[in-house]
Parts: sequence; structure tokens; C-alpha cells
Amino acid sequence: MAKIELQGLVKAYGNTRAVHGIDLTIEDGEFVVFVGPSGCGKSTTLRMIAGLEDISGGKLLIGDEVVNQREPKQRNIAMVFQNYAIYPHMTVGQNIGFGLYTSKLSKAEKQQRIQETGKILGLEKLLDRRPAALSGGQRQRVAIGRAMVRNPAAFLFDEPLSNLDAQLRSQMRMEIKSLHRRLGTTIVYVTHDQVEAMTMADKIVVMRDGNILQVGSPTDLYENPVDVFTARFIGSPSMNMIEGTVSGGKLAVEGASISGLTLPAHEGKTLVGIRPHDLVVGEAGEAGLSASGTVEAVEPLGSETLVHLSVGKAQLIATAPGRVVPAIGSTVSVHAGAGSLYLFDAVSEKALGRA
Amino acid sequence: MTMASTKELAANSRDIRPGRIIAWTLLLIGGLIMITPLLFMFSTSLKTSGQVYDLRLIPAAPTLDNYIKVLGDGRFMQWFLNSTFIAVTVTLSNVFFDSLVGYTLAKFEFRGRYFIFLAILSTLMIPTEMLVIPWYLMSSQLGWLNSYWGIMFPGMMTAFGTFLMKQFFEGVPNDFLEAARVDGLNEFTIWWKIAMPMVVPAISALAIFTFLGNWTAFFWPLIVTTSKELYTLPVGISSFSAEASIQWELIMTGAAIGTIPTLLVFLALQRYIVRGVMLAGLKG
Repeated sequence: MAKIELQGLVKAYGNTRAVHGIDLTIEDGEFVVFVGPSGCGKSTTLRMIAGLEDISGGKLLIGDEVVNQREPKQRNIAMVFQNYAIYPHMTVGQNIGFGLYTSKLSKAEKQQRIQETGKILGLEKLLDRRPAALSGGQRQRVAIGRAMVRNPAAFLFDEPLSNLDAQLRSQMRMEIKSLHRRLGTTIVYVTHDQVEAMTMADKIVVMRDGNILQVGSPTDLYENPVDVFTARFIGSPSMNMIEGTVSGGKLAVEGASISGLTLPAHEGKTLVGIRPHDLVVGEAGEAGLSASGTVEAVEPLGSETLVHLSVGKAQLIATAPGRVVPAIGSTVSVHAGAGSLYLFDAVSEKALGRA
Repeated sequence: MTMASTKELAANSRDIRPGRIIAWTLLLIGGLIMITPLLFMFSTSLKTSGQVYDLRLIPAAPTLDNYIKVLGDGRFMQWFLNSTFIAVTVTLSNVFFDSLVGYTLAKFEFRGRYFIFLAILSTLMIPTEMLVIPWYLMSSQLGWLNSYWGIMFPGMMTAFGTFLMKQFFEGVPNDFLEAARVDGLNEFTIWWKIAMPMVVPAISALAIFTFLGNWTAFFWPLIVTTSKELYTLPVGISSFSAEASIQWELIMTGAAIGTIPTLLVFLALQRYIVRGVMLAGLKG
């Protein structure tokens, strides 16, 4: 097990910088998820940690040792790839055992490790099968098994669940999480799916354009996003954003009435963020934001209904209890209570605070 | 007439279209043109020397004497073994070196990679006839004339094989190689243990092309060898005609026996040949 430190880590391809000098400390045993849209540099950062990409600048420390110049095999890390990378010409057992290819363990010890790993992952009956005869979830487990069998200092996961269907993905999320609890090994996990990040991480690292925007626990990021990008990226459905203006300590939003809020110190154009789950149909509270709008679409999910509506020029998503399904074209009232409004500077898009 | 039989008739009449008839006729003619010399080869091998110019396809009095004579001649077996040794060695060499170079060109980024690939590819445009003189001079100066190595060296690695393997290796996802790299394998082992098993169809195609090419090679082995002990099968068989008179029945018998290994190789691995041709867009 090991602590991983990124100190001013840079990746450049010629004159183009993919990662702009990022700093991060991943504590021993921590489950850290890098999240961000495609091309944000998260996979490149992971590949630098793995040793599959040269580091253009800065330092990478694993277990307090600088490993910039070390080959992947000298870093004692294991990686699980997006397409599993399990070898089609080997059986499940051989694939898992391949992680021990360079190990000096005796044949019997290797076999024992393979059996143990197979047992942990529920693959013990499939050890003689070829990957072609496995389901997506089983293949993913084999890939994890190959990483586990070595007892590495850290696991690196590169979008490992993106090839699975929704149900299996949710199951595998829980399996990986419980595996982490059991093994206690440091995990660095890359995904573009914020649900994966929220459900699995001890710490989420939000990246955009090769920079780290915010680092924090899932709750922290959800409750206190530092900017509009993070606010919209974390949480599903995305946070609603409405243009507003703060003038003389009062917030005004077109098509909505606002009352009883304590605003952060700011003057001028403001973006007001409201999470769909805080914007509730039919509920009229005292303090907060109230508006009425025309229903454009509804998504009944059973436990709740997502209501898409237009309020003035803005398109918003609100929630209604499961059994309430407003008719399309009807007018409904929505309300967001005090404390559920996130204010951002309209120019810098940085967070101003909540109201 | 029942419904089913009406449908069958309709289906049959759909199958017999003029285009299809023309295609089948052309294929049949093409097939006959290709197979006729082979049939005459087998037919002649069953004739006595007096019957050789009797062009009946089925010999009047078929005999296996030619086979007994050819197989009983120690030289024939020597040539057969020479051809086998040369074809197998050159095939193994091609599989090894062409794959290694193809893999390097497909999977490693380095300066001049594209130039090297083009240079290798450009050698495909030089006909063998033009290369024979430099090869001969080189062999002569290095003392390789009249040796197995002299026969084999021009074909130990080929541009075609390198090209074929490079194309196949490009289809191997990098994740597999990177996973092995993280697992601690060195680059050679990654190539051997991971990449090679994933391109078995290409290796088979390359092996077949190389084996057949070397088994039937005539021009270069004829030029580079003078000692009869070193002849390959095609050169040896042709030497039957260089003796007192042209012994067609023996030549055809030798050729018929020489065809057997190529037929066996083809029958066993024909699906890979088709895949290899489709991928490379070339013929061997």
C-alpha cells in the first residue's frame, strides 16, 4: 500500500499541454476518483501514474519515492483497462495468473493465489474457461483478479465499467467498493460518469482542460461546488442555471419571485443554480424562490417525476412526487427553499455562496 | 400442386438467373483451364515413356513404375529433403523476423518509422529478376554459392511478410500490450506471449505463402547451386530433362509427388489463405 503524490505534474505533446501542472495527494488506502468530460486529462494523468506515459514536468511520488523515470513494472501498481484487456488465448486462471508472471513465487503458491483470487471474485468455477465464454461482468472480474493477484501498492482503474449495461454497472460499482473495503488498497479510478464518482469515491477530483477544478468528498462537491462547471457536472440531473442580478442586496430573476434570502456579498450579474431535487413542483414555501412555468416534458421515474418546464427564457428541471405527473402544456408552480440556491459570478463562474 | 412446391419452384427459378449462369460457366472454364495441366501431370506420371505423347487423359495401360523408379532414386529423396529443409527454415525465419519488424512498425513510435516502412514497401516493386545479379555477386563474394544458406538468404525476411504482419498487429488493441507492460513483462515477451497469439491467422497466412513460395522456387535455387546434392525439388526434377533425353514421365511423376505437400498445406489451412489475401489485398 502506498501514498501517491502528484507535484506539478505536466504532460505535453509537442507544444500542446494535456495536463497543466497538477498537485494532488492520494492518501494510503484512499479511493480517489478522477472525473471530468472527455479530453480533460484524467486518463492521461492515470497513465502517467501507471508509467504508460512519460511525465513532461513535475514529480510523481509513490510511497514517498520519486518514480518519474521508473518503468511501469517497477512501480508495483496494477491497472484495469476499459476493454478489460484479458487475453483471449488464455483461460480465466491463466489470465489471473498472468499478473504473477514476473513473480518469484513457486508454482504451487501461484496456483494458490489464483484460487484465492478466483474465490474472492466468484470465479472459482470459471477458471478453466476462455474469456469468450464469459459475460461482460465476469470479464471485468477477471481483469480485476489479474490486478488483485499481485498484491499491488495501488490499483488504477481506467473507465472500467463503461462497457457494461446499467444494471451490471451498478452491481460492479458496489463490488469494487466492497473489494476496496476488504483489501484497503489505494485506488485511483477514472470515469466520466459522475454517478460512479459519487457512489464510490472517498475523494473526487474534478478535472477540466488539464486542470484540477476541485478536490473533495462527494458530499462536499455536491454541497459546495467551487464553480459552475463542477456544480453542473456533479449531480444528476444537472443543476439548473438561471441568470439573475444582485442589486442592493436583492436578487432578481426573470419570471420568479424571491424572498427571505440572505445573500452573499456581491453586486451585478449572477448565475443562480438550483438542483432539480431542490426545485419542487406545487410546494409553496415562505422563503426562497418561487416560479410558475409551462410543462414541456415529463419523465416519470416511479419514485419521482422529473418535470421539464420553461420559466421565462430559462429551461428548468423540477421534481414532483412519483404519482404526480403534470400534463404537458399545463402551468405548474415550483419552489426552491432557502439555502438551496447556489450563486455564481456570471463572468468568472466562480461560486459566491449559497442563499 | 401444393403451396410448398410452388414456392420451391419460384425459389429455384429465382436462383437460375442469366447472370448466375454466365458466372458459373466462366468459373467452370477457369477451373478447367487451371486443372487440366495438373490432370495431365498425374496422367503422364502413370504412363510409360512410349505413351507420353499419346494425349489421352486416362492412360491406356496405367503403371506405377515411374513412382517406384523416382522414389527409389536416392537423389529424388535428397531433393525432397532439401526442399523441405529450405522451405521450413525460410518459413520459420519469415514468421519470426517479419512479425518482429511488423510489430515494431505497428506499435512503437520512433523517428523515421514511416520512412523505414516506405523503404521496406518499395522493395516490393523490384522484380526478382533484377535482384538475381546482385544476389549472385554477393553470394559469390561471401562464399555462399552452392550452399543451403546461399539458396535461403534472399527470402529469410520479406517486405510482403512485414507488410502483412504490420497490418495485422495494428488491429491488436494497445490495452493488451499496456496491461502486460504494467504486469511487468519486457517488450520481447509482450510480443511473443501476447501479441503473437492474437495474430495467429496472419501468421498462418504468412507461413503458407512463404512455404508455397519456397517449395516451388526454381529460378534462384537453379542459379545458386551447381552441386546436384543441393538441388531443390523443382531444380532436381527439371534436371531429368537435361539428361540424355527428356523423360517427361519421370518429370511429371516428380512434380506429382512434389505437389502433395503443397496440397496438404493448402487443404489444412485454406481458410487462413483466404483471410490473408483479403487482408493484404495481394496474392502471395
